[in-house]
Amino acid sequence: MTLLEITIITMIRIAIIISVLLLTVSYLVYFERKISAWTQNRIGPNRVGWRGALQPFADVGKLLLKEDIIPSASNKSIHTLAPFITLVIAFSTYAVIPIGPNVTLFGYDIPLAVADVNIGILYVLALTSLGVYGITLAGWSSGSKYSLIGGIRSSAQMISYEVSMGFSIAGVVLVAGSLSPITIVESQYGWMWNAVLQPIGFITFAISAFAETNRLPFDLPEAEPELVGGYHTEYSSMKFASFFLAEYANMIIASALIVTLYLGGWQVPYIDKLGLGETLTVLIQIGSFFVKMGAVLFFFIWVRWSIPRFRYDQLMSLGWKVMFPLSLFNVVWVAVLIMLFNI
Amino acid sequence: MLTEFGKIFIFLLLAIGFVGIALFAAKLIRPHRPTKEKLLIYECGENVEGSPWVKFNIRFYVVALIFLIFDVEVVLLFPWALTYQEFGFYGFLVGVIFLLILGLGMAYEWRKGDLNWDRTKPNIPELSKILTNKNVSNVKIDEQIKES
Repeated sequence: MTLLEITIITMIRIAIIISVLLLTVSYLVYFERKISAWTQNRIGPNRVGWRGALQPFADVGKLLLKEDIIPSASNKSIHTLAPFITLVIAFSTYAVIPIGPNVTLFGYDIPLAVADVNIGILYVLALTSLGVYGITLAGWSSGSKYSLIGGIRSSAQMISYEVSMGFSIAGVVLVAGSLSPITIVESQYGWMWNAVLQPIGFITFAISAFAETNRLPFDLPEAEPELVGGYHTEYSSMKFASFFLAEYANMIIASALIVTLYLGGWQVPYIDKLGLGETLTVLIQIGSFFVKMGAVLFFFIWVRWSIPRFRYDQLMSLGWKVMFPLSLFNVVWVAVLIMLFNI
Repeated sequence: MLTEFGKIFIFLLLAIGFVGIALFAAKLIRPHRPTKEKLLIYECGENVEGSPWVKFNIRFYVVALIFLIFDVEVVLLFPWALTYQEFGFYGFLVGVIFLLILGLGMAYEWRKGDLNWDRTKPNIPELSKILTNKNVSNVKIDEQIKES
């Protein structure tokens, strides 16, 4: 293939992935509202379109038309930069997540991830760490006490859970012997999912993912009763929408990561024994990736409406005194497993 | 030849472009009518008191320091994890010793109490104790509060 062809194919893949991501984000918001309504025995959005199906677009349209208020006490350039950083980082993490095995289309062998980088997991870790900057800068630059406290709380929470997240990922890397997401998925053949091999690592990673995305029960940075809106108290219009979209995009990335690292990615156990055609197998595998992701996303929303918020000292001691030793233990556990059974 | 990192670079450029266009398009169509009251920061409807950049607790700084130490350990652990299967029992021993030292550092932090969030024991003066004293006068109460 020539450079032009590769570039065009890459651009098309990126355009498809960004539009799918945006569509999923907007419908995730809709489903969250519907599921919360269902949990609390309400009706939820039902006015715009069929059963409120066009609600997310109405919301975006409304936010586009709202006046943007930049408080006079704020640091204006950083105030504008913060939502920009947050949203760009939330989008670009998706570049390395594989949604299916390689497919052959019009004579080209196309991997179903934008880029098959050999250090993909490091790329994801680096970008999720950068996500802290967006929130901290937003909290600091708003010039409001609520924002400042929310931003500081959020950065302390995110860095605390990042350590146990890193150690949990080390367990996955031990099994796969590679940092490339595609190799990691391929190493979880059949029932050898990492969630089965290292249940402790799975749990610590999932809980850290909740904390990293600032979801309930870890949404201390924007705890409404004490901090109004937390780090986005002073944001309005599209800048607020950026934070909102980034939160849901982060949720999708967290669930995609959980599926890729622990739930076998696109792998379906024993699908090659059924003797299906190649196209059908690939379609089922891509479908299974999205089904798993949907299940994890539903779990995210389910937890939000079931468990109350932690106190801040509980949150920090859970992070350092429970999650961190458990993830350390998980690394030793996986090392012993490989030592004994040579998996 | 476009490398895989080149593809990620294109992705980053497209993401920046997309977000930039979205924020800029909103700027074109939204109204802009600022007033003095609108541009005040939100403080539950009260007038703004003091500087918005309040002092915050030193414990956040300690957490950041601990994070810095252990996150470097994570980075050191990754190369070991990548090559673990090539080295057999020797690699296992090296990893266990490394994790043991890490665990010792962790135990030290724990014993020192740096992992406890609420560890300060503030010495709060009790008003009832002060008031039961004889010869109550405002000056004396102020002194006693200062002493305790």
